Amino acid sequence: MNSFSLAIAVLLFSSGYFFLGTRASTMQRASGSRLHSLPHYYGLFAGLVAAIPALVLLAVLAIGDDIIFRSMALDFVPDEVKAGDNYKEVIVLAQITNVVNGINFGEQPQWVHDAADAWRGWDATSTTLKTITTLSLSLLAGLFAYRQINPGFRSRNAVERILMIVLAGSSAIAIFTTIGIVFSVVFESMRFFALVPVSEFLFGLTWNPQFEGAERAGSGQQGLATYGSVPLFVGTFLISVVALSVAVPVGLFSAIYLSEYASPRVRAAVKPLMELLAGVPTVVYGFFAALTVAPFIRGTGMSLGLDVASESALAAGLVMGIMIIPFVSSLSDDVLNAVPQALRDAAYGLGSTQSETVRQVVLPAALPGVVAAILLAVSRAVGETMIVVMAAGLAANLSLNPLDAVTTVTSQIVTILVGDQEFESAKTLSAFALALTLIVITLALNFMALQIVKKYREQYD
Amino acid sequence: MTETGMNNIGVDKAGGGMISPQEAAARVGAGLAARRACEKRFRAYGRIAIGIALAFLVTLFVSIFSKGIPGFFQHYVTLDVTLDSARLDPTGDLSVQSLYDGDARGVIRAALYDATGASGRSGRKAAGKIISAGAEQRLRNAVLDNPAILDTTQRMTFAVDDDVDSFLRGFIKRETPEKDRRINDRMIGYIDALQEQGLISFEFSDYLIFGSASRNAEMAGIYGALIGSLLTLAVCLVLSFPIGVATAIYLEEFAPKNRITEIIEININNLAAVPSVVFGILGLAIFIGIFGMPRSIPLIGGVVLALMTLPTIIISSRAAIRAVPPSIRDAALGVGASRVQTMLHHVVPLAMPGMLTGTIIGMAQALGETAPLLMIGMVAFIVDVPGSVTDPGTVLPVQIFMWADFAERMFVLKTSAAIMVLLAFLILMNAAAIFVRKKLERRW
Repeated sequence: MNSFSLAIAVLLFSSGYFFLGTRASTMQRASGSRLHSLPHYYGLFAGLVAAIPALVLLAVLAIGDDIIFRSMALDFVPDEVKAGDNYKEVIVLAQITNVVNGINFGEQPQWVHDAADAWRGWDATSTTLKTITTLSLSLLAGLFAYRQINPGFRSRNAVERILMIVLAGSSAIAIFTTIGIVFSVVFESMRFFALVPVSEFLFGLTWNPQFEGAERAGSGQQGLATYGSVPLFVGTFLISVVALSVAVPVGLFSAIYLSEYASPRVRAAVKPLMELLAGVPTVVYGFFAALTVAPFIRGTGMSLGLDVASESALAAGLVMGIMIIPFVSSLSDDVLNAVPQALRDAAYGLGSTQSETVRQVVLPAALPGVVAAILLAVSRAVGETMIVVMAAGLAANLSLNPLDAVTTVTSQIVTILVGDQEFESAKTLSAFALALTLIVITLALNFMALQIVKKYREQYD
Repeated sequence: MTETGMNNIGVDKAGGGMISPQEAAARVGAGLAARRACEKRFRAYGRIAIGIALAFLVTLFVSIFSKGIPGFFQHYVTLDVTLDSARLDPTGDLSVQSLYDGDARGVIRAALYDATGASGRSGRKAAGKIISAGAEQRLRNAVLDNPAILDTTQRMTFAVDDDVDSFLRGFIKRETPEKDRRINDRMIGYIDALQEQGLISFEFSDYLIFGSASRNAEMAGIYGALIGSLLTLAVCLVLSFPIGVATAIYLEEFAPKNRITEIIEININNLAAVPSVVFGILGLAIFIGIFGMPRSIPLIGGVVLALMTLPTIIISSRAAIRAVPPSIRDAALGVGASRVQTMLHHVVPLAMPGMLTGTIIGMAQALGETAPLLMIGMVAFIVDVPGSVTDPGTVLPVQIFMWADFAERMFVLKTSAAIMVLLAFLILMNAAAIFVRKKLERRW
């Protein structure tokens, strides 16, 4: 049986125990004994005990068997192949699994077939083992729980305890996700830094992650891969600056107008429209940037006699700015609304106009929140991927001119990791190092935003 | 004391004593015009900012819709096809294999030569280029659906090739020198002939909705990607909704105030801030790299998107639970319910609309997400429609991303049309979220 039908079988057993347990306790109640809990809690207890351990075991087995098989399959690889220069575990495993799945590309050496045959054997064994262990665990655990049922058994407390474990387990997933992210990024980054010195990565001025020794296109010479990430960060910075110089004024002034001036009707009409901008998927913005905005900017620039790259930072930044407008405006709107009306009334009472009130009273009071909103917007811009992949191009130019083509950290990550890749090469590993720095930067920005709000927040009440 | 400036209103410059009310009014009045102008300017800045934002919105939608609406249609040619069973079904058993061995292409071409009057080697070659490569498949399917049409003459409609479509739409100009355009004069002659007979029609593109990935622009459609999106979202929902709600319940109601709880809360906030592309790296390194799962499958896509949307769902569910007044809990506890019963029977049902709103918004986010799915290989060119969560597939935003790379004019139109479909789904989901919030959520 495959894992899915096994899970269904376990659930069937579990619902069987639920009915049995409920009926048994109902009958006990009918025969005059006083139950501690309501009858269905007895059923639930039996059902949960039958289901949960078996499902957990099934999940572990289903995920774990492949990992074990792969390490076992590597024993079949002859030593002379292992000693060879081009030996890559990933490739060898792909060869073997292809044969297992009946896909044959050309002639495979005998040991691949041996390994594949053995793999099929393990697969059959593991399926039988999985079926037997899960089903018997479910049946036995259910039976054990069922035998516990008697009027004095505090089944509600037991069920609630189980439920509490499930709830706590769910909330632990957030931790596991973080651990997973750290694990996947940090280890690969460490391997990368073993190949490329940290100083070259952080301070190098050229980014050219071609495969080591590969010929550089057109130059006719053996190129050396260089992993200086400065052009990428400068590109990211440039595009973010363009984006923010669109988003911050537009977003902030919209928020001020909506919260201070607009009538409720205008507000009710305009706010959802602005938020529509936030709901548009980034791939749509990317398409818009690449097909509409970039040619327009290039055309305008050309007619003004400027030299504009077809994938200019300006186009990507402008569109990214549009994307961030609602982010800035709704966050600032919240902050402005949180400034107590009494402050405004006091300013009006002293004779200031509405704009003087906003500039000299409301904005200073809301400043920490606004700064935090802008920092969050920066972290959005830095982490944004699709717009830059589609509109900013791949040329790792070190330039601060928004009319040039630049590339960003995220677009390099995507370009390097999309498609098949060898986990061993420095090029692939460099993407993980980039991801690590990206995470550090965005988290630092968020942390700063939080600290600013915490430190400078005024308590008015 | 300074002599000028608004700060000194009411203070006599000479001696520091009070000035007369008339004097004060005059001084305020002197600055009033400038302050009014300033006020007006400030107000105008706000209006301009909103105007700019809305103008961006309009430009975005106009630019997508102006290309997308024509993208829902394409040109078809209607031909009288003589369905000779000997040519179409050489084995005579109507099996798929037999139809593939048969000469569907020849049958269609014959009808095309009749309609255009094409003759000679180069003439026939030119005429043959008018019709889409997908025409044969359409003919075979028609025969499979209804074998009775064999050995009759049927009026059948086939898509035209995308270059011809571009010509008919006017993107390829007649005036362009022949060597610079992808359609030669002979083909234009035949197209004119077909048009004179009224055989060319501009219809709703069934390929767009029911077709799958194809390198031929006229045959490309979003069906496979839509199904892939649906499967991915289903996996995402099945995982993220229960886990998100369970986490929210635990953190709001049961978690002890200790170090571990604090770490979990910090973690959730951090995950909300992590760029989406990083979740793709997580999927690539853990699920594909370590667990050895295959690439390109909706199952992994759904898991990755679930991890990504979890913070959204948890945060909004917690807000919903917090909004349920303590009096409800006290009342339930007062009549003897346990804490878990209070939670499950009273607090969760009342908080459900808020939780659902958050979940729908999270799902809308997941539906539009592209970058993490690129990382786990859902960007492969897959013609087959995925039948289950473990079949390779792609999703709508990734399909849009892939099509956006193709230069053919028709792909631009179809990409915009696909974007309109995606936007329609997103708007629908957000409308559902607003509906749930407005209709079901209780204000206390």
